Amino acid sequence: MATEAQGSEGGGLVFHPMDQFMVKPLFGDGAVGMFTLTNVTLWMVLAVAATFALLVLGTSKREIVPGRTQSVAELAYDFIRKMVEDVAGKDALPFFPYIMTLFMFIVFANFLGLLPMAFTTTSHIAVTAVLAMLVFVTVTVVGFVRHGVGFLSLFWVSSAPLPLRPVLALIEVISYFVRPVSHSIRLAGNMMAGHAVVKVFAAFAPMIALSLGVGILVTPLSILAITAIYALEVLVAFIQAYVFTILTCVYLRDALHPHH
Amino acid sequence: MASEAKAAESASGLPQLDFSTFGNQIFWLAVALVVLYFILSRIALPRIAAVLAERQGTITNDLAAAEEMRTRATEAEEAYKKALADAKAEAQKIIAETKAAIRQELDRANAEADAEIKARTAEGEKQIAEIRAGALDAVKAVAADVAGELVAAMGQKPDGRSVNAAVNARMKG
Repeated sequence: MATEAQGSEGGGLVFHPMDQFMVKPLFGDGAVGMFTLTNVTLWMVLAVAATFALLVLGTSKREIVPGRTQSVAELAYDFIRKMVEDVAGKDALPFFPYIMTLFMFIVFANFLGLLPMAFTTTSHIAVTAVLAMLVFVTVTVVGFVRHGVGFLSLFWVSSAPLPLRPVLALIEVISYFVRPVSHSIRLAGNMMAGHAVVKVFAAFAPMIALSLGVGILVTPLSILAITAIYALEVLVAFIQAYVFTILTCVYLRDALHPHH
Repeated sequence: MASEAKAAESASGLPQLDFSTFGNQIFWLAVALVVLYFILSRIALPRIAAVLAERQGTITNDLAAAEEMRTRATEAEEAYKKALADAKAEAQKIIAETKAAIRQELDRANAEADAEIKARTAEGEKQIAEIRAGALDAVKAVAADVAGELVAAMGQKPDGRSVNAAVNARMKG
């Protein structure tokens, strides 16, 4: 209500760049409780369904010479498997299903969020923070289970001169605990910013209906800008899923091989 | 709805920082991740791994089969070359043998023909000699007859013995 009033004051253009991120119940107007079916539920289920369609339905024929869908499924499999193997090492392969889950969920959430009127679940810090904390906790637990107290040598840079080591250890510890923060904010921030920018340009697009003189310039420009930003967002949707996954692999490598 | 939205905005301005929805998001995220994890680890990933392994196996088998085929083709070529060389050698041998046989046969035939020719020549010479001898006697007889007739024509009685003597004398001369 407040934004609408503001919008009408500002020459008839309606700016709601953040409304697309609002969590709303799917049915009715009630409050959002913990188990309420919301647009979050819908788009997460869609992400799971899309992954299921690609990786399970797409490979149901088990062809020796794969068709299009099966090729893409195998491509995704090989892509993440290779990433886990190359970045985190061969002994990280038991974590492959876990990392694949993260990647498929994020990549589909990102791409589904690009559909018009869609809700981008990964633009919410609550979601990405949970994903990042899952990785952080997993990595820390694996590190201590595998190496016991030896895992702390991750923070003790033995290649540095001895007087510097305590200082470096402090920095390393801080950077270790900042990891989940940057890990989650990077993803949510990228998603949110891009979508918000598209919405801002979209709000400028109907300018021609209000004033022909200004609109003749502004409307084509904003449509062009929406197209360009959208193309960039397609790229970002994949890159952020990739970055999140590869960072997970890097953290996992630290846990499996803490000695620098 | 309106009051809620207003409350949310007044609280933070960002729907991302509306803590009242965190529980909902985290709950559904957990559900989604667990479901997705089970789908992937129980169905999708083992299946794709099996498909990839099967493909690798097929490729390896095909390569081995191709290698075997090539070996067999090489062997077949070797065998063919050997057979060809054998056949050539055999042909050469047969040609030499046949040549020798023909030469032998030819020599034998030549010898036979030579002998035949010699025999015929001797026979012919003998016949010619006989004919010649026969002819001499006939000439003598005819000469004697002619001389006798000539003598008779001259009106005298021919004396056989003297006529023959005269003919023989003339023939010798």
